Formats: sequence, structure tokens, C-alpha cells
Amino acid sequence: MRQLLNTLYIQTQGTYLHLDTDNIRVEVERERKAMIPLHHVESVVVFGNVLLSPFLIHRLAREHKPVTWLTEHGRFMARTETPVSGNVLLRVAQHGCACDRARTLAVARFIAAGKLQNQKTTLLRSAREALGNDPELLRQAARDINGQIGCLPLAETVDEVRGIEGTAARAYWEVFPLMLRANRDFFWLTERTRRPARDAINATLNFVYTVLANDCASACQAVGLDPQVGFLHALRPGRSSLALDLMEELRAVVADRAIITLINRQQLTPRDFVLHEGNTVTIKDEARKLILAHLTERRKEEVTHPLTARKTPLGLVPHVQARLLAQHLRGDRAHYPPYLHR
Amino acid sequence: MEEVMLSALQHFVFCPRQCALIHVEQVWAENEFTARGQQHHDRAHGGGTEERGGVRTLRALPLVSRQHGLAGVGDVVELLPDGSPRPVEYKSGRARPRLADEVQLCAQALCLEEMFGVSIPEGFIYHAASHKRRVVAFTPALRQAVLDARDGVRDLLRRQTLPPPAADDRCLHCSLLESCEPFAAREFPRGFDPFSTTLEDP
Repeated sequence: MRQLLNTLYIQTQGTYLHLDTDNIRVEVERERKAMIPLHHVESVVVFGNVLLSPFLIHRLAREHKPVTWLTEHGRFMARTETPVSGNVLLRVAQHGCACDRARTLAVARFIAAGKLQNQKTTLLRSAREALGNDPELLRQAARDINGQIGCLPLAETVDEVRGIEGTAARAYWEVFPLMLRANRDFFWLTERTRRPARDAINATLNFVYTVLANDCASACQAVGLDPQVGFLHALRPGRSSLALDLMEELRAVVADRAIITLINRQQLTPRDFVLHEGNTVTIKDEARKLILAHLTERRKEEVTHPLTARKTPLGLVPHVQARLLAQHLRGDRAHYPPYLHR
Repeated sequence: MEEVMLSALQHFVFCPRQCALIHVEQVWAENEFTARGQQHHDRAHGGGTEERGGVRTLRALPLVSRQHGLAGVGDVVELLPDGSPRPVEYKSGRARPRLADEVQLCAQALCLEEMFGVSIPEGFIYHAASHKRRVVAFTPALRQAVLDARDGVRDLLRRQTLPPPAADDRCLHCSLLESCEPFAAREFPRGFDPFSTTLEDP
């Protein structure tokens, strides 16, 4: 059985990680800060100027625990490729499917359906807890998304699928702030902006999506899929299109939900952000730590997977989905079943 | 033609899909059975040769049969005082006669017969859990089963696709249960509809 273990995130600049017998020794300015047993760690993600000893990198590689290097601000730089590099037949099948318009369309439709269903579920769940006019507005957005789900089987090209997804996304983001019940005037979202973020919500979304995308890319790699060859996302040099595809089904239920919870519990407040000249926003280090801790807890939450009917920690859902996709690509399963959150 | 791995024969006889997952898809997963098996293997493969009561024990001996197209490594091969070899296969579990184990052992014997130019009537399976060793006679039927399994493995490697899952008691002992998903529906199960437009749970 694959076990869900923790991802070790290191953000403190100048940290040095060593292998110390079967532990990772964490040092900052030559002072020992922590000893983490290797068998508790599934992967290591480091931000910016963090050093790992070669022996630690080798040991992690041998145990198929990937190391991911991000910039201090969370942009992907590199990931170790471990000796199990995947099955070449699976990659050939994946590329074959990506070159086949009809098969690509079918996979893209299911991925988009999973995303829209989970957006709908998230909205309806928030509607139950919202006040005033908000429940009706949230339900209306869910109905709008439903209309788009109804259009998906009719889409004849992947571009049409992307168009449907875009229409649903507008309905979703328009009411997103209504799911927030604390510090609403500060956490207001007018539009999704990528880098640089222009408001606190966008800054938080960008950060959490980076973490989630990395989980999805690691899952592709573990199963032997090529993270760059996606179906819903267009192929673009340097982009992990397949990892982004897998992430679509999880954005709302894992990432967005986490942010909504943190804000509604007032664990994340306006004091956690720095507003810069020229309207850009960054998250303070302490708050990033808090977000990562919350995501780690959330990854342990068990859900019943609708297709396998097994109890699965949320953190392993990307692995399950990557494996189901691999089975579809290799002809072992007629359709790709997206993850539908209950 | 490339030789068929002795371990693949054992996997194939146990379950063709397991064999394809390991040798075609290159999936590998540890469970308690494989982890324990690995420990016993490491021990069995540790030493080189030793002699006791006129019987020499060879460990991790490379085996090959050009005639039958088989290759692999024998856990333990014992050389009797007259120089005649007997294969011994170490199994971590309890004594449980399984065709898959006997085919694997007999395949080793076919290699040894060719390498040593002798005929080998029997070999042994040692069960570590019960410390019992049992005799396996290499009957014509068992020898034929080895060649049939070899052909089955070759066919599998040529096709490069997965046979359908066994979905029976075997699966409960299989480390690849999770990758194989023998009990999960190959089609969407009832009630699983990604295009559903119901608004709330009934």
C-alpha cells in the first residue's frame, strides 16, 4: 500500500539539510533546528537558498522521494528524477493519445467535467453556511456551472471544452468572495491575476496552486507519466500541462476550500500580507508557514474515492488519478474517471 | 530470442496480469510479503559457497538454458557428493504447495541439466516460516508446465498489453493490488456520472 507521508517544506533562507543516519538534520547558521526521520517524509520541497547535502539527495533518490527546488517565491525550478523513471510504453501511449484528436477530446471533457462538478460542490457547500442574499447567489452560480456541464458532452473540440470551462470559471470567481465571511472588505477579489498578484486572495491562490501543482507533477512522475504532455491544457514549452490537467479536479476542493477555511476562521487576516507600492501583494513568511501546515493537515483527511470506493487520504488523490489516467492511456480502462468530491 | 527470466515464470503462473505489470509495465510495489521475501533473499544470496556433510552449497548461481531459452539466478544450488546439482528455492511463507513455485524450481533444474550435462530428478522448496523443506519431483507434466509458462511469458512480452485481472483470492496476497485494481469497475460504476447535472445530493 502506498502510504501518505509528509512533504517537508523548507522556506527559511540559508537552511542546510544533511543526512544524519536515518534522519534529515535541519541546520540554520550551523545550529541544529530539527531532526526528521526519513521514514516520515515522502518528498522534500525547498524554497530559494536552501542547501541539501549530496548524501541526502542520493538517499532520497534511492527511496524514490523527490526533491523539488522552487525559487524563494515559489516558482518551479527543478525536480530530481529518481531511478524509477517510468515505463516507456506508457509514455508512448500518452503521446499517442495526445496526437489523437478524438481521444484527447474525450480525456479533456472528463477532466473539465471533474473540475466543474467540484466547483459546483464547493459553491453548494458554502451556500449552506452563507447568510443574507449570498446563498441564493451561490446557488445561481452553481446552476450556471451546471448549464456548462450540460454543454460538455456536446463540445466537438478541445478549444470548445476550454471555452466552456472559461465560462464556468467566470461564474465561479464572480461569487468566490461570497464564500468568505471574515474581513470581506480586505479579501475582495475582482479578477484572477497571476504573477504578480494584485490582491491578497490572488497572492494566496497563486501560492497554494504552486504547492498543489507540485504534488500533481510528482504524482505523474511516480506513475511514469510525462508531466508535460497534457490534454486539456495546450502543450507549451516548459509547462507541466499534464500536472495542470490533474490539478483541475482538485483546485476547488483542496486549494480554494483551504483558503476559504483559513480566512473564515480568521487564521489568515489582513496582517499576514504586505501591500507594495504599485498595487502588488505578497504573503508574509509566517503566514506561508501557516498555509503549508494547514494543507498538510488537509492532505491527511480521508475521502471515499467515488470510483475505487476506497478510503483515500486527500493527499494521495493525485496519485490515484494519475494511475487511473495511466490505465486509460494503456487501454486497461475505457474512460478516464475524474475525481468527483462528495 | 531473448531468454525468459525465471522469476517471470513464477509471476506468470501465479497471475499473467501480475507478470505483465512487473515485466511489461515495470510496476513494483512492496508489501509485507515481498519485504520479508527480500530479507530472506538477501540472506540466501549473502554467502558464496559452503560445504557440509559432503554437500556443497552454491548461492546466487547464474543459470541459463540456451535450449529452452531461460535465464536467471538460483537462490541456492546444492552439489551432492557425486557432483550432481539440486536446486533449492527459498520461500518466506509457510509450506503451501503452489504450482508457481514448483514451475520456478523446475525451470532452474532445466537450466542446471543443460549446464552440468546431467539429469535432475528432484529439487527442494524451503519454507522459512515453518523451517520445512519439501521435495518436488520434476515430472514430465511439470517440465511441460515450465515450457508452457515460458511461451506464455514470451507472448505477453510481445503483446505488451495487460491481460484482464484475476479478481479472486490470489489478489489478497498480491503486492500489486493497488496498481492492478482487480475489483474496481473497468467501466464507470453505477451512479458515477461526471456529466450529471443534479444540483444537490438527493
